[in-house]
Amino acid sequence: MAQLRNKYQDLLIEPTRTTTQREKGVLLILAAILIWGIFAYIHQLRNGLGVSGMNRPVYWGLYIVNFVFFIGLAHSGTFISAILRLVGAEWRVPLARAAEAITIFALPFGAGSILIDMGRIDRIGNTILYGRFMSPILWDITAVTLYMFSSIIFFYLSLLPDIAIMRDTLPENAPRWRRVFYTRLALGWQHSPEKYRRLEKVLGSMAIFMSMLVITVHTVVSFIFSMMLQPGWHTAILGPFFLVGAVYSGSAATIMLMAALRWKFKLEQVLPFKYFNYMRKLLIALALAWSYFMGVEFLTAIYGNEPEEMSVVFSKLYGDFSLIFWTMVLACFFIPLAILLTKGKKSVAWLVGAAVIINIGMWLERYIVIVPSEAFPRIGYELNQGFYFPSFVEISITAACFAGMALLYMIFTKLFPMIPIWETAQHVPGLPHGFTGYDDDENLSLVGDD
Amino acid sequence: MTRWGMVIDLDKCVACQGCTVACRMENNTPIVSPEQSEMGRSILWNEVFPIEEHAEFAAEDTNATFIPRPCMHCDNPPCIKVCPVEATFKSDETGGQVLQRYDRCIGCRFCTLACPYGVRYFNWHEPQWSPEIALHLNPNSEVEPRPKGIVEKCTFCIQRLHEALELAEEEGRNFRPEDYQPACVQTCTGKARFFGDLDNPDSTVSQLAGSRRAFRLLEELGTNPKVIYLKEG
Ligand code: SF4
Ligand code: SF4
Repeated sequence: MAQLRNKYQDLLIEPTRTTTQREKGVLLILAAILIWGIFAYIHQLRNGLGVSGMNRPVYWGLYIVNFVFFIGLAHSGTFISAILRLVGAEWRVPLARAAEAITIFALPFGAGSILIDMGRIDRIGNTILYGRFMSPILWDITAVTLYMFSSIIFFYLSLLPDIAIMRDTLPENAPRWRRVFYTRLALGWQHSPEKYRRLEKVLGSMAIFMSMLVITVHTVVSFIFSMMLQPGWHTAILGPFFLVGAVYSGSAATIMLMAALRWKFKLEQVLPFKYFNYMRKLLIALALAWSYFMGVEFLTAIYGNEPEEMSVVFSKLYGDFSLIFWTMVLACFFIPLAILLTKGKKSVAWLVGAAVIINIGMWLERYIVIVPSEAFPRIGYELNQGFYFPSFVEISITAACFAGMALLYMIFTKLFPMIPIWETAQHVPGLPHGFTGYDDDENLSLVGDD
Repeated sequence: MTRWGMVIDLDKCVACQGCTVACRMENNTPIVSPEQSEMGRSILWNEVFPIEEHAEFAAEDTNATFIPRPCMHCDNPPCIKVCPVEATFKSDETGGQVLQRYDRCIGCRFCTLACPYGVRYFNWHEPQWSPEIALHLNPNSEVEPRPKGIVEKCTFCIQRLHEALELAEEEGRNFRPEDYQPACVQTCTGKARFFGDLDNPDSTVSQLAGSRRAFRLLEELGTNPKVIYLKEG
């Protein structure tokens, strides 16, 4: 019975062995931003949500934008690890962990944003004591909690063999806590054929469940808007539109992280350009899907020509929100598509550029879906007062959410291999064949001039 | 069953905003600074607005149309559906007012967005009053100032119904619908407001609601408001 064998094992474990001064510096900066945000939140707790820029009629601002954005970011992880697993796309394997870690670390900040937005966090228990399932907020709480716990389990399961490898390869002089940490987490995993067969089976069936979750969760997120009668929100397309946007921004984020890991940890061999190319093609498809939904949404609203709908549409096309709107259209569609179809074919750097632009665009898109509809409510007698501009507190908390997510992600890369060792192994006990994705990498890794 | 409703005759409304002030003094709504008000954070359960087309001219044009706007106490309220903790509910036992449980609301502001009439107010800050006004707050415990972080709204002065019922019991007589009147109705300079039981065909409000001048705001949404307007003309 052959052992688990992966020729890149040492390369993949290497980054977890040491933490450079530079990395410590970055961790500190991120932690500082996070702490700053916590102070901002305490300030908000003491003085009320009045410290935000929210008002009447814009009752929801950056926090809800962040909520939708972070939950969206989370989606590509599950998309890549579950849906692509189901369709048998083997190229997902080296990317899956980097993408899924986004899921795990984005979700707490998505869910947290809702809590930050609450006027009375001390009464959070009321949602359980008096929870009322007619409210889409309860749907959200259920969906997001379920999603969070199932992705943690899914992620943990696929991490298990690698934790065991970490445990077994720990050098003699490793700190004691590391040994305890890996030993506890590995749950006594042994690399036996039986275990791998079972693990594959469990992951395979869980992938079906996770795929369904991915589709429903972001649709449920959209329900908090589309269930309301507000012009611009009350449309069935919001669900699929949110979903596509979610996978779009998440996949772009995956490219960013793949590139960062590859550059920082010198992983060119295990992340050859062809994997970026797969993601590039995925992004092209998603960009087109996104523009399709966008077009349908606007065409329906404009053709119907209801005055309330039109005031929202006009505010986006050439009113108060036109600057954000058109930046968003450029950043979500035209610029990335142009890059993806030209320079991005060859260069990781260009792809990263496109990915960053897509994510800025997608964040703006969440903003553009949420705020204008609030600013132009159905009854417009008085309510056009109160133009929303986020306050310093809101911006601080937003920065803290991003920093917090990056911080957790970075700590994770210092503890676990970011490319699944067992899934990319040439031989896994108990499984019919190992990973074949690297077989032709000698010539392929040459493509890409970054 | 009783179904409390209100009729507002726009022909008689002189846009004095007496109702807005009376409501504030009756229900202890906090006062915000001019800057906060500019941001759209004033809390006035009952506001008087020039209608959109007239808004620009309202200052000069004495013919502008104004709409006094309390909560519509919808029979089919979109606000209560979305509340995750049932902090807002339609009180059928007391005649259909849409009320707020201040001690339960978690301040998610879902209802404020779900209400198409914009009548729900969020407490952005701890409530405050100038010292002079603070002396004259309504001592009734039912309208105790609300803490920051929760939503409040027009209740058709539900405390007045409770007081009226108590009084009737003390005096050993039956409760009469005339005993219960919200502060805005009582104060209205132009006597433009009427209040009563919409389910009683003989009440003034029922009669007026049948008028050809009667209309309700955003009727097409199916919210079935219990505030009925009589249009000018
Ligand atoms: S007017 Fe608004 S707050 Fe009042 S009952 Fe109707 S939906 Fe609810
Ligand atoms: S703000 Fe309060 S009353 Fe309104 S939906 Fe949330 S919990 Fe319910």
